[in-house]
Amino acid sequence: MDLVQLQRQFVDYRTSLYHEGFLDEQFTQLQELQDENNPDFVVEVVSLFFEDSERLLNELARALEQQSIDYKRIDAHVHQLKGSSSSIGAQRVQKVCIAFRNYCEEQNVEGCLKCLQQVRHEYSLVKTKLESLFQVRLPCRREIFFLSKMVLP
Amino acid sequence: MEEKMGGSNREDEAMDRFPVGMRVLAVDDDPICLKVLGTLLLKCQYQVTTTNQAISALKMLRENRNRYDLVISDVNMPDMDGFKLLELVGLEMDLPVIMLSAHSDTKLVMKGITHGACDYLLKPVRIEELKNIWQHVVRRKKPDSKDRVNALNQDKASGGIGEAVQTSTSRSDQKFNKKRKDQNEDEEDDGEDNEHENDDPSTQKKPRVVWSVELHRKFVAAVNHLGLDKAVPKKILDLMNVEGLTRENVASHLQKYRLYLKRLSSVATQQANMVAALGGKDPSYLRMGSLDGFGDFRTLTGSGRLSSASLSSYQPSGMFGRLNSSAALNLRGISSGVIQQGHPQTLSNSINGLGKIQPVGLPANQNQNGTLFQGIPTSIELNQLSQNKSANHFGELNPVNNPNVFGVATNFPDARMTVGSSSSSLSTPSGSPLLLQANTQQAQHSCAIGNQSSLGVASLNQESFDMGVHGFSNFVDNGRCHENWQNTVQLSSFPSNSLSTCEAFSHEQLHTNNLQESISWRSSHLSDNPIDLSASMANAGLEDSRGDMQCQISPSNNVIHNIDYAAKRQWGENSSFAGADSLVSGAPYVQHLEAGKLAFNTKLRSNEDFLFEQRKPQNEFSQNNFETLDIISSSMIKPEQYNETGMMEGELGYDAFPLGSCI
Repeated sequence: MDLVQLQRQFVDYRTSLYHEGFLDEQFTQLQELQDENNPDFVVEVVSLFFEDSERLLNELARALEQQSIDYKRIDAHVHQLKGSSSSIGAQRVQKVCIAFRNYCEEQNVEGCLKCLQQVRHEYSLVKTKLESLFQVRLPCRREIFFLSKMVLP
Repeated sequence: MEEKMGGSNREDEAMDRFPVGMRVLAVDDDPICLKVLGTLLLKCQYQVTTTNQAISALKMLRENRNRYDLVISDVNMPDMDGFKLLELVGLEMDLPVIMLSAHSDTKLVMKGITHGACDYLLKPVRIEELKNIWQHVVRRKKPDSKDRVNALNQDKASGGIGEAVQTSTSRSDQKFNKKRKDQNEDEEDDGEDNEHENDDPSTQKKPRVVWSVELHRKFVAAVNHLGLDKAVPKKILDLMNVEGLTRENVASHLQKYRLYLKRLSSVATQQANMVAALGGKDPSYLRMGSLDGFGDFRTLTGSGRLSSASLSSYQPSGMFGRLNSSAALNLRGISSGVIQQGHPQTLSNSINGLGKIQPVGLPANQNQNGTLFQGIPTSIELNQLSQNKSANHFGELNPVNNPNVFGVATNFPDARMTVGSSSSSLSTPSGSPLLLQANTQQAQHSCAIGNQSSLGVASLNQESFDMGVHGFSNFVDNGRCHENWQNTVQLSSFPSNSLSTCEAFSHEQLHTNNLQESISWRSSHLSDNPIDLSASMANAGLEDSRGDMQCQISPSNNVIHNIDYAAKRQWGENSSFAGADSLVSGAPYVQHLEAGKLAFNTKLRSNEDFLFEQRKPQNEFSQNNFETLDIISSSMIKPEQYNETGMMEGELGYDAFPLGSCI
């Protein structure tokens, strides 16, 4: 599989993600920020996002299980999730967070639980997509070697 | 940028390359956002420092204010509210701060502006937006030219003072044109605008005006004399009769002051009770709107912006409201100056603490909190905070973090408490135990002082307190809230000295202290309310005749100690501003104390002393604060003695200017 094809695959895949709303222009910005000085920037940020989101989602689940729910805390978590997802361009996750926040303000437990489920879903989706993307990502010099070993379907 | 064009290119390459290499401090608890932000900033070729803790950010800033040009901070952070950080930075270090948030609520944006943010960005931040943030730095340094360029006419008008002031106020104005108008009445805008325009050409690079305690005191006195409503920069300038001061300087200072007052009054109003409790807050506050203002004050405290809050709470008087703005400003200024005192350390001896508060020169930059506001906000916060976590505040305020100091203020919530708390709070700043004591006393009095508490709060932060307190005193003066308040104000005038904690007291006390000048002035006012009485007492007691004061400032030392103790205690709890409140309480304390409160008075005195000491121009304060406090303590009882510090006498009059210095 030659380089051009790889690149095209990458681009195509990424474009589809944009179309489907998984990513937005913020993600593009992130990619633009990557350069020689910061070669793994995007991967780093995305990994951070994964880590942090897992933590937040767990916290949210726990908070919603409580007898007396602390909506402030939930709001704080959702707020943070919203911020981080918007920072990397995970658009769908961000959108769900907005809805989540509304339910939180209304102190609607049902709504919150539903949103949590949705957020989890969107999050895992985007996670999978991003992981795939990075496997196909534009190869840097050192990756060319690696990729060349791969046999893409 | 053109800013640096003046210098030869060779000379200062770094400067010439501006905005390249601009040093930015980014604060955000979210690691992803922080990382992205940091990288974006690097991409803009700035020098970036990142931290995910507001507290460490403050620490870094306090260590060396000159190491950074700009601060970008998230609004929602677990360890400290972004707005509070914003205020503190603005007060202490006078650096431009940009707020960042994922929420775009208008209210939040508004809040950011009122707290002095240069800008409010929404996450996710785009690089285009970051590419322009350097303008805020430039604007601060060179308000005249920049303003013009940026068509910040309004802003310019409002604040010729110090570029920084201008910039920030300008910004705010810009954003809040309407808001400003409401707050600042028209005079500021109108007058300023015209004048400013004219002056711009002539004043290219005006050197920053440092609002020393003394200066602020004059300012407050002038404002009070004219009446907050009628206080036009031109007239104020004339009244002040200070060489080298321009109308713009006054204008921008006035704007700040008003903001401060407004904040205070809003706080005060809410906490009418608080006021009472605070007593220390500042009789003026109370008077002002009668507790209402106090409530505001409370509110203020909440935001940490005590200063303004307190001021606003005072609103009642109207003056106060005004004061808030200006006072707020002042507070800031003062706080810086005042707070310096914050050396919490000294407070241990209540008076000592206060003493330290003294001229606190609020090391504006210094960690101590040069910014009065710090103190003030604390105070205010304290008041409201009564439960506050003032500790937080304190921590912020002073490196000292005298939890005591502010704890006092926070206690205030009951207004009364606040007073007491203020005392405590007071201690914090400089350890102005004095203040706290005063506050505590106040708290006891539950007197209406409530409003006062605000004062205390402001002042309480030892470091910040001073600032705040002073500010309060000043503010109080500024606010001169109308008669009663005046008294309180007087105390506030007390400014500088004491500090932050004292401030609360100061108000009342300040009156006294500063009072000698103020006192007379105040006395007239005092007649109005019992508080006045206290205030007068405070004034009287402080200044000259203890005898006058009903409270009899019995050896202030003693009182001070009490305060100290109280303050300390309180502080421990609130740590935050409670001290401030105490101060305020102290001040107001005087008011309600009337009777037994004397102790308070004395405290106030001490506070005053402190204030005085604190008043010292921020710069000086930090170092002297403590010493002064000691002196003050002793002098508290005898204002005359204060001579050594020099502040007392002279400073007393200063009331109006607690914050002034720092601005």
